[in-house]
Amino acid sequence: MMAAPSPNLTEADDDVVVRLEDIHKVYRMGTTQVHALAGVSLSFSRASFWAVMGPSGSGKSTMLNLLGCLDRPTGGRYLLGDQDVGLLDDDALSGIRLQRIGFIFQSFNLIPQLTVQENIELPLYYLGWNAADSALRATELAETVGLADRLAHRPTELSGGQRQRVAIARALSNSPDMLLVDEPTGNLDSATGVQIMEILVELNNQGGTIVMVTHETHVAGYAKQRLHLIDGRIDRVEDGG
Amino acid sequence: MHQLRAVRNIRLGIKSLMLHKLRSLLTILGVVFGVGSVIAMLSVGEGASREALEQIRKLGSNNIIIDSIEPIEEKEGSDRPERVINYGLTYEDEKRIAETVESVQRTVPAKVIDREGWVGERTMELRIVGTTPDWFDLVDREMLAGRVLSQRDMDSHAPVCVLTEYGARRLLATEHTIGKFVRMGDDYYQVVGIVQSEQVSGSIQTPDRHIDAYVPLNTARDRYGDSVVRFAAGSTEFKYIELAQILVEVESTEQVSSAAVAIEVLLRDSHPRLDYRIAVPLALLRQTEATKRTFNIVLGSIAGISLLVGGIGIMNIMLASVTERTREIGIRRAIGAKRRQIIGQFLIETVVLTTIGGLIGTALGVAFPKAITHWSGMPTIVPAYSIVLSLGISVGVGLVFGLYPAMRAAGLDPIEALRHE
Repeated sequence: MMAAPSPNLTEADDDVVVRLEDIHKVYRMGTTQVHALAGVSLSFSRASFWAVMGPSGSGKSTMLNLLGCLDRPTGGRYLLGDQDVGLLDDDALSGIRLQRIGFIFQSFNLIPQLTVQENIELPLYYLGWNAADSALRATELAETVGLADRLAHRPTELSGGQRQRVAIARALSNSPDMLLVDEPTGNLDSATGVQIMEILVELNNQGGTIVMVTHETHVAGYAKQRLHLIDGRIDRVEDGG
Repeated sequence: MHQLRAVRNIRLGIKSLMLHKLRSLLTILGVVFGVGSVIAMLSVGEGASREALEQIRKLGSNNIIIDSIEPIEEKEGSDRPERVINYGLTYEDEKRIAETVESVQRTVPAKVIDREGWVGERTMELRIVGTTPDWFDLVDREMLAGRVLSQRDMDSHAPVCVLTEYGARRLLATEHTIGKFVRMGDDYYQVVGIVQSEQVSGSIQTPDRHIDAYVPLNTARDRYGDSVVRFAAGSTEFKYIELAQILVEVESTEQVSSAAVAIEVLLRDSHPRLDYRIAVPLALLRQTEATKRTFNIVLGSIAGISLLVGGIGIMNIMLASVTERTREIGIRRAIGAKRRQIIGQFLIETVVLTTIGGLIGTALGVAFPKAITHWSGMPTIVPAYSIVLSLGISVGVGLVFGLYPAMRAAGLDPIEALRHE
């Protein structure tokens, strides 16, 4: 089956970061099968900012997990650059996450026993950077998210907004091809949420590719394109922020 | 670079263990005691065998020692006020052993005589051994002063004596005593030498225990004869003993056992009352080794059980830690940590834990034998290899019992792990 017409068809292939071709994801729950994704075809191009929307159970989390190489599709092809992710083993998927993907979660997911600096350095640690270079990079990133004076603190000593900024710095430390963002403002008050969204918009303006899952319309409003999923299928695509 | 990374990993491991200091400490107790008892066991064993070997060396591994013992039926003595007891080894026995047992190189007879000695105004009970000069060849003792008995002393029935260090101390004698006369019983002897006496310690009876002086056998026979009169409460006891002891030197160590059997056969006929005892230092060594083995098995089992229980305890705690840190594992996996890196992280933590336990255990294991030596006088030696072995065991326990929890951690599904509260 051919891929459905992509909204980004006009753009050159070089600019495509991710291409999904008829992606299926089937979960087996006891005797019944759940089609979390039932044939999704889509291309995400460089410097795009997508909001993936839909009611719960529409498959948006599944899509984020697949995009983030935390999971493999049960059908279809997922091309990241020129790599077919569906064919890779666990180690290779880990390698892709490490080198090309940055995650930002609703609940921040910082490691509580590590300091802010150590949290930001974590991807660099697995990339094998030395301590001096990692420290330099962490300081740089902390400055960009406005937390240069908090490097030695632990996450528990920070406010929600600060924690999310640490998480953003961590997600950026490996210079990923794509940022995957899951309800970034879900655990924040609205004022702080706005600050976080502004950081994301700024990152996008600088050329970062962002895919964000949210069910809040005003949050989705920051994105350039919105993808609506219903029952594991693309319902519609909206352009314009 | 890699070295730095290893140091960093270990530091991270220590850091995460320090979050639960008490828990970590309690967790490693099993390893602490296990390792401690391994070292203590090896130290005590090493000390015992070193001591035994030393004693065997002093007794001579080519020697067989035959002692006269009072037969049991005689001991359960009658109530007669006067009795004569005749038992023990004879000059004839010595001659027959020397002549008939082929591998025997030479024999040394020894008489033991208890007499009163005089030191100035004071008297004391002395134990005197009448023997031949060969004694000093067979029983290796350090010469402290003067000379040992000579064949000339024997031939001329000379009234000379060699004091043991023990006897010299008792007789308040010093080096100046060489050439002086000592009164033993009714006779005077000129002191010609002083030898080191065997310290009384350990499990093996040395032939010269509590001996004060050596005199030529011929002189002893002249002066004291072969009978002993003893006055006990209301009765008089005559004992007729020719020789208290015969030392037998065998040509080679390999022939010791067969020579002992031959002597046993020889003596059994002429001594139906079994009034003798054959001691083979070599056999005693084997016996000591068997004792040591038993000791090692007991302590080894304790160490083994302790390490097993300790290891299981550690595994239990690490499993709990994995569950507790499921989310952390999910985060690390999402960021891009490979399974083996998660395994590495938890294995390092476990190994760091057990190694710390091993170090504490080593300290205990080194201190414990010292305490044993201090309180019981038992010699102990902490062999260097036991420390290396124990630390090896600690690391091994960490690897073995840390592997399963680490693999559990690595096997977690990242998505599930991230969702874990």
